[in-house]
Amino acid sequence: MLARIRAGGIYSTHLDAKRVNGLAYGQSTKWRKLLKFWPLYLMMLPTIVLLLINNYLPIAGLIIAFKNVNYVDGVFGSPWNGLNNFKFLFSTRDAWIITRNTLLYNAVFIASNIIVALIFALMLNELRSRWLPKFYQASMFFPFFLSMVVVSYLVFAFLSKGNGFVNNNLLPLFGMEPISWYQEPKYWPFILPLINIWKNAGYYTVFFVASMVTISHEYYEAAVIDGASKWQQAIRITLPQLMPLVTVLTLLQIGRIFYADFGLFYQVPLNSGAIYSTTNVIDTYVYRALLTLGDFGMSSAAAFYQSVVGFVLVFLSNYIVRKLDRENALF
Amino acid sequence: MLKRGLNSVHPATGALFHIIFILYTILCIVPIFLVVAVSFTDELTVVANGYQFIPEKFSTYAYEFLFKDSTQILRSYGVTILVTATGTLLGVSMMAMYAYPLSRNDLPFRGPLAFFVFFTMLFNGGLVSFYLVYVRFLGLKNSLWALILPLLVAPFFILVMRTFFKNIPSELIEAAKIDGAGEFRIAGTVIFPLSVPILATVALFTVLNYWNDWFMSLLFISDDKKVSLQYLMYKTMLNIQYLTSNTQAAQGIAQGGSAVELPSETVRMAMCVVGIGPIVFAYPFFQRYFVKGLLIGAIKG
Repeated sequence: MLARIRAGGIYSTHLDAKRVNGLAYGQSTKWRKLLKFWPLYLMMLPTIVLLLINNYLPIAGLIIAFKNVNYVDGVFGSPWNGLNNFKFLFSTRDAWIITRNTLLYNAVFIASNIIVALIFALMLNELRSRWLPKFYQASMFFPFFLSMVVVSYLVFAFLSKGNGFVNNNLLPLFGMEPISWYQEPKYWPFILPLINIWKNAGYYTVFFVASMVTISHEYYEAAVIDGASKWQQAIRITLPQLMPLVTVLTLLQIGRIFYADFGLFYQVPLNSGAIYSTTNVIDTYVYRALLTLGDFGMSSAAAFYQSVVGFVLVFLSNYIVRKLDRENALF
Repeated sequence: MLKRGLNSVHPATGALFHIIFILYTILCIVPIFLVVAVSFTDELTVVANGYQFIPEKFSTYAYEFLFKDSTQILRSYGVTILVTATGTLLGVSMMAMYAYPLSRNDLPFRGPLAFFVFFTMLFNGGLVSFYLVYVRFLGLKNSLWALILPLLVAPFFILVMRTFFKNIPSELIEAAKIDGAGEFRIAGTVIFPLSVPILATVALFTVLNYWNDWFMSLLFISDDKKVSLQYLMYKTMLNIQYLTSNTQAAQGIAQGGSAVELPSETVRMAMCVVGIGPIVFAYPFFQRYFVKGLLIGAIKG
């Protein structure tokens, strides 16, 4: 018994020694290997530091949604507040309004951008002229290039109450009275989607046209031999060939459906309080609660809500993309 | 007749398409013309007739008014150019220097390092904590760095660049190593010169991001000396609206002995023209590379 234990002991120490040796050997080569790559790691360092500041520190800062922030104790020293910030946020009507607005507008934006761009791309594909389609594309792309501040000026030129082009030149044609566009909530669910199409459809059109070029010519040649019309070719060949791209684009945007285009909802309605009911979205709400009201509890709760639900949606949509087409999944 | 029927659309349909596109093209460009036209119209005419495409009475008074004291405009141009140039130069180099090691198949921990970038595309801490990090933790309120740092690195571009670098044959790197070149030398003299198309594309997108940014100014800037061009346009819109809607303020200006009458409508539009001027002239150039860049960017990262 004793012998066996001793034997076992000897055996095990022998093994330990071997393992220690092996480990030391393995570690030193690994270390040497890493050392060999130090210039590459050094190159990556600035971006690592920057992402820590821009992205990872704020993630740690999400805990302030559970705090009662005051200036005396500082942000992280403030006392815990449990779920009170959330209770407060969701007891207001605002929580419902901003969620509804964000989701509905984004749903309309995703659908309209893709449908309009697909139609434009299919039409451009049929034009026989050489330079005109290029000119059309360049012009359609132009609004994408402008900042939202500029867009707000352009919209103002049309919608301003006193001097706006619409009130002065278009409405009188139909014998209608001038409308205070920036005071009437009911018009904005139509105005904002139109501006969105105007600004973004050109971008998607260019995108679709570019991917149409990659469709093999043999499909069309075979279709022509079979006597298919242009219309049939567009519906039966071009559209199905574009479908994977369209599906992926849609799903990826659905993943971002909880994030609104801040500029569009803040700049274009000129921050007019009278129309908040149809122009306030989560992003503008968080901004106003933070910088206009200085309400850390409310704004951080709304930001937390957006981050977490947004993350779940990105994850879900990517999961579906991966099921459909592994190549195009984000991860 | 039959030949045409199969390989192109009916001429009438083609004509219809052209008409639709011409109308839409006009819709895309014409708002700019309205703004330019108003900026060159006499203020009283605007007040009487509203905004018109063809000025009934031509006037450059709005521009004279703006440039009577052009300090702020020139300063804002300076801020925007400084921020755009610094940000683009720094940002593109940093992104390239992160993407190149990621593209190397022999780099240990490249998986986690790629995920480190990728994760930021999935999850973020939201506006409030971002704001607090910049204002409280870094103390960058009213600093130009607060306009530069947030837009410096875009995760998506890093991933796109990595894909591009991966397609450069690794034999080139091996050969350079045999010749005794260090990693920095390889990156600087072999890899990056071969990657000009992707670097230029990312640079163009970054320039546009910086040039068009007003959000960071909205968050962090209250000092008039650090107002960027876009933010100046935003503030002009706001201030004139405040003055015209607030009769007391308007009276205050009048009583203050200010002989200058404020041509608010035309000045507003002139400000817009001054703000977008250079970038519109750069558009044809930009647009060509943008479309090319879209194609490169479309290759999955």
